[in-house]
Amino acid sequence: MGTGTGIGRVRGLGSAKHGSQHWWRQRLTAGSNLLLLVWLIVSLLRLPLYDYRALMLWLSSPFTSVALILATISVFYHLRLGLQVVIEDYQHDFSRVVAIVALNFYAIGGAALAIFAILKIAFTGAAA
Amino acid sequence: MARNPARPLSPHLTIWRWGPHMLVSILHRATGTALALGGGILFIWWLTALAGGEASYARFIDLMTSDATGRLNLIPGLVLFGLTWSFFQHMSTGIRHLLLDTGAGYELKINKMGAVATLVVSTTLTVLVWGAILMRGH
Repeated sequence: MGTGTGIGRVRGLGSAKHGSQHWWRQRLTAGSNLLLLVWLIVSLLRLPLYDYRALMLWLSSPFTSVALILATISVFYHLRLGLQVVIEDYQHDFSRVVAIVALNFYAIGGAALAIFAILKIAFTGAAA
Repeated sequence: MARNPARPLSPHLTIWRWGPHMLVSILHRATGTALALGGGILFIWWLTALAGGEASYARFIDLMTSDATGRLNLIPGLVLFGLTWSFFQHMSTGIRHLLLDTGAGYELKINKMGAVATLVVSTTLTVLVWGAILMRGH
């Protein structure tokens, strides 16, 4: 094993055993998105969406808030994997690194914000 | 990494005749990007407005709807309509991709039919959802 060039350092080590991870998780979250978002759309269509109290009551149920948290994780993980592929196709070199970092900040920050909002409503909201 | 930007690229978009499979392929990517950014930001905005209390949610609704009619304003309405169609289009092309992953549906005729079917399904579901929303008043 060489120590000089990049190829020399990795030659003979075998694969990192993560070759199919991105592909598989994209499909796994596609499946969970399908289940959770169909539930979300049907639930929302049954609610008066302009009514604050109705929404708070809906979100105060553990079944709703947990499903919505799972939907948030599934969607933001899926969009992080998907946009990563888009960025890798169209951006190169430095702008690619910047875009991937921005994507990670958006996915993790956005999901954290949404989950915190759901939990805040679930724990404090439904004083009917 | 050493990359020579002067190397020629394949003119893949300009030399092929367009077909439904190409259209839904790029639509999957375009709708996915629209949903990830537009849908994601709207979702976070909606939830944080709700978590902020009654007055904060009222401001959100006030921004989205018209005072005179109580219905959605034009721009939020168009954005929501577009996101609904994007969602159903991305969902149907996504399901199509899951089926293609099993190795099925690569025969030219079936592949083309599947591509057209995603457009029919997404448009039908969008019309149904917005029909239901408009029928009940808001």
